[in-house]
Amino acid sequence: MNQDIYVVIEHLRGQAADISYIMLGGARALAQKTGGEVVAVLLGHNVQSLVNNMSADKVLVVDHPALAEFTSDAYQKTLAGLIAEKEPRAVLFASSSIGADLSGVLSARLNLPLISSCQRFSADGRPISQICGGKIMVESDLPEVTTLLTMIPGGYKPEEGQSGKTPEIIKMDAPALDDLRVTLKQYIEAEAGDVDISKEPILVSVGRGIQTQDNLELAEELAKALGGVVSASRPVVDQGWMPTSRLVGKSGKTVKPKVYLTLGISGAPEHAEAIMGSEMIIAINTDPAAPIFDIARYGAVIDMFDLFEVLIAKVKETQGIR
Amino acid sequence: MNIVALFKLVPDLVEELEIDGNGTALNMDFLRLIINEFDDHAIEQAILLKERGGAQVSILGPDIEGVEDVLYTAASKGADRLIKLTGDFQGKANNHAMARAVTSALKELQPDLILTGVQANTDLDGSLGPLLAEYLDMPYVGYVSGVKVADGKVITRKEYPGGLVAEMEIKLPAVLGIQAAEQPPRYIAVAKVRQAMKTATIEVRTLAESDLSGGSTIRRMFKPEAGTRAEMIEGSAEEVTTRLLDIFKEIGVL
Ligand SMILES: Cc1cc2nc3c(=O)[nH]c(=O)nc-3n(C[C@H](O)[C@H](O)[C@H](O)COP(=O)(O)OP(=O)(O)OC[C@H]3O[C@@H](n4cnc5c(N)ncnc54)[C@H](O)[C@@H]3O)c2cc1C
Repeated sequence: MNQDIYVVIEHLRGQAADISYIMLGGARALAQKTGGEVVAVLLGHNVQSLVNNMSADKVLVVDHPALAEFTSDAYQKTLAGLIAEKEPRAVLFASSSIGADLSGVLSARLNLPLISSCQRFSADGRPISQICGGKIMVESDLPEVTTLLTMIPGGYKPEEGQSGKTPEIIKMDAPALDDLRVTLKQYIEAEAGDVDISKEPILVSVGRGIQTQDNLELAEELAKALGGVVSASRPVVDQGWMPTSRLVGKSGKTVKPKVYLTLGISGAPEHAEAIMGSEMIIAINTDPAAPIFDIARYGAVIDMFDLFEVLIAKVKETQGIR
Repeated sequence: MNIVALFKLVPDLVEELEIDGNGTALNMDFLRLIINEFDDHAIEQAILLKERGGAQVSILGPDIEGVEDVLYTAASKGADRLIKLTGDFQGKANNHAMARAVTSALKELQPDLILTGVQANTDLDGSLGPLLAEYLDMPYVGYVSGVKVADGKVITRKEYPGGLVAEMEIKLPAVLGIQAAEQPPRYIAVAKVRQAMKTATIEVRTLAESDLSGGSTIRRMFKPEAGTRAEMIEGSAEEVTTRLLDIFKEIGVL
């Protein structure tokens, strides 16, 4: 085993994901402890230009038509060989639709430990993960063998993984990629909604605490009075109460409004990661321990149904709406 | 078609979580355990597939408090076999151990399709699905929110950020990590669950000794540092409203 920290670059349809840069930032922090290099690993087809601004000491590129789009089987095969051959100190994957498909399977296949939901590394290089919807942090030992980790945002900024100079590129051969059990049929584009919440300056965002579809009217009324629109967390969308176009979070949109007012949203990591760019977060929640209060600027522990009537009335009064 | 859905019980996050005296685990004494939300979706998806195309659906879960409730509820939804797994699930058990231990019970069921929740709130060594898949030598696809079965294959909707979906074709047998069922888990009245208790039987399988390797060693568990906590607005609805209006005015929203 060497002391290098590998980062499996995540990209989709020609674009590197923010988490790739975040991971490179984390890898640099860890590499300073282990004394190794930061090595980006890029699988794809004609994607080499993606690494131009990446802060890595080296990039290993595996170029193959079967890797052009992500499929779990082909990517697992390629990475299994590469990790077994190189034996780095750690391999970072995104905690994402791509990284989660890879890391678990590779952990079992290569018999290597896996630590998930790592947000940052402690001063002595131990992974710190976030579990229980953001309510609990866990510091783990970094095992003395090649360790796989999945990373979540929040510990490092994308800028920490960017650099002005192009890293050294090393081309690697792909293994035989036939007999694949998983194939991509097609992409289905997101349905365009009536509004683009990623561009709205005022969002009134509701979570599971709203309880019923009928109660959404209250949020609509408040949003309208404020001149904003309603967005939602995943449970509300999964219930079919709001369209996917209004979903904020990891599987939905990233938003950066002037004000993001949450009602009955706990602030789980998958929601929180997509609202960090908001200028101001205001959280209404009945649970004083809700993680949303750790990222909000202002908060109130109050039942939203006690608040709606007065708040809507006062906002309307101020706006001259009757 | 044999479909197996596997579930875990996890802390209800609405309750306050306590860390035990050693500072390395959750204090289980006061914890209320509920079915992992995504596993509930996996069970729903299994039932939907049965309703659509016919299948035998088996539901498996670890024998800890609350397991029978989940199993009988699944039976009232239409599950055919209910299986309780006995073994060491308290304390340090991790997904690597669980995945290894459950493989023989799964092989016996000869599943064509195994559905699990895409993740659980206590996962610290990845989620169960991909580990299971590899130990069973089956392909895995996660973040799935729709499944169609078509001769020897499944077509799944795999979710990417921003609402983009990839349609993936996967050879059976396979393991899928379910993010959301095609419709929300159905509500079952208590009376129906009680009825299932009288008619359905729960089978028991004893799991092999747990092998924790592959998981992490926890050094310290703690609650997020409060440093950046929100400024809290205290008081009645009127008082909160007054302060909110001031804030809205300050930032030019009103
Ligand atoms: C792969 C993956 C991707 C995901 N992507 C997303 C995503 O894009 N977006 C997303 O949001 N989630 C996503 N999730 C789900 C995420 O993990 C959480 O389950 C979800 O964000 C929780 O939504 P919530 O806060 O509305 O519900 P909960 O966590 O159940 O919180 C409800 C909150 O409402 C409060 N409450 C209840 N009643 C009231 C009341 N009367 N007044 C005030 N407060 C009240 C409660 O105290 C609680 O804090 C994803 C999960 C996975 C595994």
